[in-house]
Amino acid sequence: MYAFDIERPSTIADAVKALKEEDAQALGGGQTLIPTLKQRLAMPSALVSLTGIGEMKGVCLADDGAVCIGGATNHATVAKEAAAHYPGLAGLAANIGDPAVRNRGTIGGSLANNDPSACYPAAALGSGATIITNAREIAADDYFQGMFETALEDGEVITEVRFPVPEKAHYQKFVQPASRFALVGVFVAKYADGVRVAVTGASENGVFRWSEAEAALSADFSAAALDGLTVPADEMIADLHGSPDYRAHLVKVMTGRAVTAAA
Amino acid sequence: MASVTMTVNGKSVSGEVEGRTLMSDFLRNDLRLTGTHVGCDTSQCGACVIHVNGEAVKACTMFAVEADGADVATIEGQANADGSLNVIQQAFQDHHGLQCGFCTPGMVMSAAALLKENPTPTEREVREYLEGNICRCTGYHNIVKAIMAASGQDVSAIAAE
Repeated sequence: MYAFDIERPSTIADAVKALKEEDAQALGGGQTLIPTLKQRLAMPSALVSLTGIGEMKGVCLADDGAVCIGGATNHATVAKEAAAHYPGLAGLAANIGDPAVRNRGTIGGSLANNDPSACYPAAALGSGATIITNAREIAADDYFQGMFETALEDGEVITEVRFPVPEKAHYQKFVQPASRFALVGVFVAKYADGVRVAVTGASENGVFRWSEAEAALSADFSAAALDGLTVPADEMIADLHGSPDYRAHLVKVMTGRAVTAAA
Repeated sequence: MASVTMTVNGKSVSGEVEGRTLMSDFLRNDLRLTGTHVGCDTSQCGACVIHVNGEAVKACTMFAVEADGADVATIEGQANADGSLNVIQQAFQDHHGLQCGFCTPGMVMSAAALLKENPTPTEREVREYLEGNICRCTGYHNIVKAIMAASGQDVSAIAAE
């Protein structure tokens, strides 16, 4: 690998300061970034590891009942510690990658990268989560801005993610077995004021809300409510694992399965 | 260069590493603990699985500086104190859970992490836990069998396909 400097600050303030250096890049659990560096698809001159920041780790409950997850919390911890409060979210975390990846990869890293096939963006958008950074709070609806694009500014660090807990929720992932990413993944969450449906793995524009399904499911929370709907294949991802039509079809199938599993 | 100090298989070790030094390279090149294998170096194969603070991780996908201060366990520390194979290793031998053996260090380390978390896993749970460990010889059946046996469960009903 090419040579770079690496810092391991122990506070958010020190991390933010280190990230002000030109060409500095935050390093979460590294499960995407380190392979990316090996291929030299990214070549920052300095890395700022966030794994030593205790105040960015852990799962807690806010006064309003929301589940708060520190940005440097790994997937295995979310799978364990969020299970009692938000099983739909914990179930998603428990199926990301493989066990060794779940012990390193972090929620903040996943959301900052916004891979179009990653699982966590579906949970954050499907839950209407709030992404909290060192500088501000960003609503999930404003945060995701396309494939690998987010509202984060250079040097901004996701310190916490706050999930309002729904009445029911489920994530259904059609696994691409080699990468363990979602070929298509759908997160369905039923809140008192309506249903949210977030789809990952399908669109060239990254995670998106399927608003027709949300309206239908808000009126009738059953897989049958989706019967008359179709998902347009325009702008769906085409690769050797699936055509746009195939992915569009999977979106509806996986949404139905998620509703059935949640109900 | 940065100084790192960590505990590896119960012994305190120190070294000077570059920022880019992977944990797998530190173990293999600096500490000469070559039991941690590097199969793919792209986080796919799991041959380099070690335990850092008790958790299974891929040593090729973390930097050595990130393990500063950590308690690390590798395959070299798995045998019993008298040098005999531990329960998992012995089960791999008894049930022919390896052929070429390249993936075995990672398999044993993943199995140890699984059994610590879930002492009597189902066959399905074993197979799911090994999703990040690739073996190109065995077809997995005997690996699964070995891990089930190491957990003290009766494996006579598991087909040797």
